[in-house]
Amino acid sequence: MAEDAILGYLAAAEEIPDSGQFASQHGLHHSDIVNVIKSLHGFRYIDAQDIKRESWVLTDEGKKYAAEGSPEVQLFLAVPQEGSISKDELQKKLEPSVFKIGCSQAGKNKWVDMGKQVSRKVQHVEDKVKDLLIRVQNGEEIGKDDVNSLKARKLIVAQTWKGYSVRKGPNYAPKRKKVATDLTRENLQRGDWKELEFKEYNFNAKGPPSESGHLHPLLKVKQQFKNIFVQMGFEEMPTNNFVESSFWNFDALFQPQQHPARDSHDTFFLEAPSTTRELPEDYVELVKRVHESGGYGSRGYMYDWKREEANKNLLRTHTTAVSTRMLYALAKQPFAPKRYFSIDRVFRNESVDRTHLAEFHQIEGLVCDRKLTLGDLIGVLDDFFSRLGMSKLRFKPAYNPYTEPSMEIFSYHEGLKKWVEIGNSGMFRPEMLLPMGFPEDVRVIAWGLSLERPTMILYGIDNIRDLFGHKVDLSLIKRNPICRLGIN
Amino acid sequence: MPTVSVGRDRLFAALGRSYTQEEFEDLCFSFGIELDDVTTEKAIISKEKHLEEDKPSADDEIIYKIEVPANRYDLLCLEGLAQALRIFNGQEKIPRYTVAEISKESMLKMHVKKETSLIRPFVVCAVLRGITFDEASYNSFIDLQDKLHQNICRKRMLVAIGTHDLDTLQGPFTYEALPPPEINFVPLKQVKNFRADELMEFYKSDLKLKKFLHIIENSSVFPVIYDHNRTVLSLPPIINGAHSAITLKTKNVFIECTATDLTKAKIVLNTMVTTFSTYCKRKFEVEPVEVISFDGNSSVFPDLSEYNMEVPLSYITGSIGVPLEVDEVTNLLKRMQLNAEKAGSGASSISVSVPPTRSDILHPCDVMEDVAIAYGYNNIPKRKLSSLKPLPLNQLSDLIRSEISMNGFTEVLTWILCSKKENFEMLNRKDDKSTAVIIGNPRSCDFEVVRTSLMPGMLKTVGHNKDHPKPIKIYEVGDVVLLDDKKDVGASNRCLLAALYCGASSGFELIHSLVDRIMEVMGTSFVPVPDKSGYFIELSDEPEFLLGRQAKIIYKGKRIGIFGIVHPEVLTERLYGPYGCLLCCLLNKRVDRIGCSFYLAT
Repeated sequence: MAEDAILGYLAAAEEIPDSGQFASQHGLHHSDIVNVIKSLHGFRYIDAQDIKRESWVLTDEGKKYAAEGSPEVQLFLAVPQEGSISKDELQKKLEPSVFKIGCSQAGKNKWVDMGKQVSRKVQHVEDKVKDLLIRVQNGEEIGKDDVNSLKARKLIVAQTWKGYSVRKGPNYAPKRKKVATDLTRENLQRGDWKELEFKEYNFNAKGPPSESGHLHPLLKVKQQFKNIFVQMGFEEMPTNNFVESSFWNFDALFQPQQHPARDSHDTFFLEAPSTTRELPEDYVELVKRVHESGGYGSRGYMYDWKREEANKNLLRTHTTAVSTRMLYALAKQPFAPKRYFSIDRVFRNESVDRTHLAEFHQIEGLVCDRKLTLGDLIGVLDDFFSRLGMSKLRFKPAYNPYTEPSMEIFSYHEGLKKWVEIGNSGMFRPEMLLPMGFPEDVRVIAWGLSLERPTMILYGIDNIRDLFGHKVDLSLIKRNPICRLGIN
Repeated sequence: MPTVSVGRDRLFAALGRSYTQEEFEDLCFSFGIELDDVTTEKAIISKEKHLEEDKPSADDEIIYKIEVPANRYDLLCLEGLAQALRIFNGQEKIPRYTVAEISKESMLKMHVKKETSLIRPFVVCAVLRGITFDEASYNSFIDLQDKLHQNICRKRMLVAIGTHDLDTLQGPFTYEALPPPEINFVPLKQVKNFRADELMEFYKSDLKLKKFLHIIENSSVFPVIYDHNRTVLSLPPIINGAHSAITLKTKNVFIECTATDLTKAKIVLNTMVTTFSTYCKRKFEVEPVEVISFDGNSSVFPDLSEYNMEVPLSYITGSIGVPLEVDEVTNLLKRMQLNAEKAGSGASSISVSVPPTRSDILHPCDVMEDVAIAYGYNNIPKRKLSSLKPLPLNQLSDLIRSEISMNGFTEVLTWILCSKKENFEMLNRKDDKSTAVIIGNPRSCDFEVVRTSLMPGMLKTVGHNKDHPKPIKIYEVGDVVLLDDKKDVGASNRCLLAALYCGASSGFELIHSLVDRIMEVMGTSFVPVPDKSGYFIELSDEPEFLLGRQAKIIYKGKRIGIFGIVHPEVLTERLYGPYGCLLCCLLNKRVDRIGCSFYLAT
């Protein structure tokens, strides 16, 4: 009805200047007219311009007085024309709020004498307040002073009235065509798709959220690292053994038994199973000897090596424990060069904070071959890290019990404008390799880094707990883009 | 790794020149230490006390916190650090440390009693004669003991150091282990006498000392050192006696190290005496002490002899990967405090003498590392191992394929060849001869052209799967070929992506979602028109799609794809009825500009 009224009216007239007036002229609710205008505007049948007006509306109190009369008049009428009435008597005749306000207003107007006894001072009063309220209610204009006094008594409040002025739009027609929101099977079967007019798409908004599964960001990065290793000819080591003995985690790596890393502050030792059941005895003997008195050209650490320390079980503190087992197995075979990698969980007895977790992922790569040099190590690191987009590297001398030489790897971070440590590397010591049975000219170059740190730098995450663990926001996992590490 | 705090100005004075922070950082980097923090005494104190940090004023002494390798005990104080850097810079020669030549009779003696084997069996001692302390060197002397206790001594478990003013004592000394109630003395910083068992109780509330009590607490006997007059020197590893406390005025220092590990005790003693013999009247000379065991065995400490190692040149150059001559190697080693010379024998071999300060040198590989450090890690030429590089375009398309599969679309693989009709007419398009590669000798009309879009294959797949339950959601990532003047052969491949939805309604919204998802996983953001930093969607006008029901994807100002409801004429009248949606996207070679021609259809 409202739609017909608007479209019909515009067939003859240029403009509807005021939707409010239009509504009252046609006996329609303004809210209905507004809805129709919005819809017609959306389909460009009409062009609608906002108009705004400040107007006054009655408060609940104002409405009450417009119906029942102002309190001062109610009070005045309750006072007898002749004589007087006691104040208590008067109070009983009126509502408490009417009595209270009435007393003060009627007194102020000098209509009555207020004392113990109340009597009229004038014989006739007009209810000007009620009249004004009724005029406001009808949308009529009233004087400024009157507005202020009603406003002061909180009988009226300001309200913004919104309406439209309306003209014909580019798609104007006296009658709206039925619009379709989608093409359906029925349209095609009936063949009526040619006549269909469609509702316009709104491309300012994104499509509805897709129903998709999502992979974890850290594991996406891990996958890319794996791909890079495989491209470089590295074979993955089996790292599915979190429980390790101190022997494989430390001793076999020529890490002395009093080394601080072997403190309970740094390593999770186990209550059950507390010790390892078996170790390769003849190899253990060689390891013990190299710690105690050296050999293979070494002085050794010169201390009493204790089997009990080596037997202690722990959660592996690095995947190098696995590398050691793999190298030991490799040394048992006739020598063949090998490249190994792994990316898996390691454990440290650390307090959890923004950059540390009790468990994280270690990335490790190693090359075992005859006559490898530091130049090979630098070359393989350069190849590996340049695939990650880090081609500006430099190396700092460092100390690590099982590698010599040891090199910390630094990369120049363009964003941070400084050199950032990105990993550790080195050549495994002869004291580690020779007891395994490798020929003397076989060297192993290796490097390691955490998976979390480069991922945090890649995605600009500064709290590791936002990336890994149960506190991670699921929408971060969902939003996370494809990992393009190594693809450029 | 241990951190050593040294006053910057004192350090620079010891190095004989000043450095900018950057220069000093570079020096550290090449030597293998690290400037960890730059601070002031005031800042350290306020940090300890959790106070608001005051702005450092200009006259506060700047302190460098330097991280040193965990096996370089000789670098744990300013004296050792500065000496190592001076030698590294070639400003100074390697000192020769000597043990004073005195007769056995005039040598101070330490007698070790049998009971010590129950708790702490070893003791080694030495004397620094004619030392001159100033406030800074005195503090450094105390700090070094602290650093050693924290590191190699494993919090005094393995070794504990006691230093004494020798002039207050009288040898010979005895190292004993007695029941605690029998030990009675005034400990350092106290004025009254304590019995050892009371003292242990007393220190339970001492923040610094309480963490060492466990080392002897449960033993029936406590280790203790007495002089000839039964003056207590120390109750190791807890506290020294007050009587023999050293001061700034001390001239002769008696050093004793008690231990459970003799090797480490010797290293600790050597570190103390070599470092501070620089302040002795006879520089680098240390007076020995004879330690006589209960079984009569006697040893003289400190042992400052050099350890000799013969290292083949080929081992060094072959491990580093740099050809070097013998004298180049010996010169490099001298910068690392290792005296080296050509070995006497004919073969190219280097004889290295490791001074007592370098307990970290265990094996020729440690010597080799020092050559590499002095040569400069960053000067070593790199050698590439063989490796492969995959094609980024294909790697990326593989990743996108799995993303689309995770969105519930099934991959199809269709033919590159199709009929002219399928490629043009059936898609409401005219062949203007400017796009498609035409086959000269087709065996059948199915193989007349090389496809220029993925649409024919997608639509044919749906057409031949009429009985498949709806909706059907399929996709393909594959190549098309376009005529290309810039190529030698006149044509080039493009990798495109297409996805199709076929159901009772158009599925336009679903394809729209997929477009958003693909753009999201490519790491691009949705932006308002006409922003060029991301992508937006605009109405398009292509003949194979229904008018007003199609849109193009604009990324960084370029059209990269299109999606829409396939024109009913394409569907019903010519192809394979009834409905579906197709989206197609080209993967550009530049992966950061992923994208291009999305198609979508019903």
